[in-house]
Amino acid sequence: MGWVVFAVAFWLATWFLNAWIARGPHAQTRAAGLLVPVIFGVTVIVVWEALVRGLNVPGVILPPPSAIWVKLVSATDILWEDFVQTFVKGALSGYIIGCGAAFVTAVLIDRSPFLQRGLLPVGNFVAALPIIGTAPILVMWFGFDWQSKSAVVVVMVFFPMLVNTVQGLADTTTMQRDLMHTYSASYAQALVKLRLPAAMPAIFNGLKIATTLALIGAIVAEFFGSPIKGMGFRISTEVGRLGLDMVWAEITVAALAGSAFYGIVAMIEKGVTFWHPSQRS
Amino acid sequence: MTERPVIEAKDLDLTFQTNDGPIHALKGVDLNVNKGDFVSFIGPSGCGKTTFLRVVAGLEHPTGGTITVNGMSPDEARQNRAYGYVFQAAGLYPWRTIGGNIKLPLEIMGYAKSEQDAKIAKVLELVDLAGFEKKFPWQLSGGMQQRASIARALAFDAEILLMDEPFGALDEIVRDHLNEQLLELWARTEKTIGFVTHSIPEAVYLSTKIVVMSPRPGRITDVIESPLPRERPLDIRDTPEFLEVAHRVREGLRAGHAYD
Repeated sequence: MGWVVFAVAFWLATWFLNAWIARGPHAQTRAAGLLVPVIFGVTVIVVWEALVRGLNVPGVILPPPSAIWVKLVSATDILWEDFVQTFVKGALSGYIIGCGAAFVTAVLIDRSPFLQRGLLPVGNFVAALPIIGTAPILVMWFGFDWQSKSAVVVVMVFFPMLVNTVQGLADTTTMQRDLMHTYSASYAQALVKLRLPAAMPAIFNGLKIATTLALIGAIVAEFFGSPIKGMGFRISTEVGRLGLDMVWAEITVAALAGSAFYGIVAMIEKGVTFWHPSQRS
Repeated sequence: MTERPVIEAKDLDLTFQTNDGPIHALKGVDLNVNKGDFVSFIGPSGCGKTTFLRVVAGLEHPTGGTITVNGMSPDEARQNRAYGYVFQAAGLYPWRTIGGNIKLPLEIMGYAKSEQDAKIAKVLELVDLAGFEKKFPWQLSGGMQQRASIARALAFDAEILLMDEPFGALDEIVRDHLNEQLLELWARTEKTIGFVTHSIPEAVYLSTKIVVMSPRPGRITDVIESPLPRERPLDIRDTPEFLEVAHRVREGLRAGHAYD
């Protein structure tokens, strides 16, 4: 009972603390902007821990954060090995190949309305196939190791990246194109100096959407066959052994890696498309 | 003048095919523009003044008649970098600095790096924007952006400057100032300028030759050789000569509307 009372008390205390900071004279400062979400995050973890202990929730339903932390620290080598297998080898390689191929395809079909109208529905069709159906087939084709996971990721990221790049390349005004025409610019010059820079906001939209798809694709694909390592493999086997603390540890790693991946791409975007109205300020 | 006209149009026709049937944008347009002229095209919307400028630039192609620019077809003239074009809006590329925007045509035309920098410095000084080279377009006012776009059109030393309502979106005060600067620039560079506008005072103040046009079909109703001297302070607009020319332009515009 004591834990539950503590959880409620802690929650109310930090709530008032955050409200006080947000209304206070320093609300607009950088420190306050950092402090408020940190206090919120700490509160979630403390209340979670206290409620799990106070209500005697079984570890299989919801392990306390402390148990997940213990697992994170004690099983670091396994988690690292899984991370490399799934994220670096599977997701990242598939992401680069898929996004790269989609970008090249978009530039190639750009000059041909025929190919654009023909290829976009085919891409749409492939993207609409359920990952649960295509993953086992790709595992059969490319083997149990990371290559098949990479292939699943390629299939998942290709279409959103293609659509965004094609749309981005069309994202110029008549005046901007007329200007190139008055210079008698070649197709390649207009592409490099006008249409690709103008396409960057849309291209980065595609790249950002693809980051999350890549991680999901690589993890889910491991459910259909993998060597005895990888985040998806670990999650599916540990669930069978009721090792839910390990599952939660893997989820934590996946969440951190996915957020960092997205964050890095968003940061590059900020640098490349600094000129776009949505990035100024 | 014994020299051949810079722009020579004979019986020029242009018909756009649209879903609502053909539109006669230009019909039987005859016009000569001599070297060093400042020619304004004035008329209500739809009279073909912008279309004519685009034909000169090779952005539209006539369906009848002939037109030569520097004795060549407009397309050849464009490939020979005969003209710089200034659009209704500045249309600077936002990912390039002011200097970078002016460098754009120089890069495309393959000027050497050292030559590029010298030309950028020269034209920035010409439009009174020295020191703004490293700013981005969205950090500048509308008038400054339009001046930068004029600098961009001047950068590669084209003989002809084509301007399509370049100051249409700016307020009266900025416009006066830019008109004055444009005259000064014209005197210094001795370019031939084609200038589309729908402001009578602007046309009369700037031009040596005013082409009055009327719509449906787009055609020329009057060509006025301005009696005003080449050097024009802003207060020339209060002199009787100025008002007389303005009156004739207004009459020409009214005549074009007579059977509407």
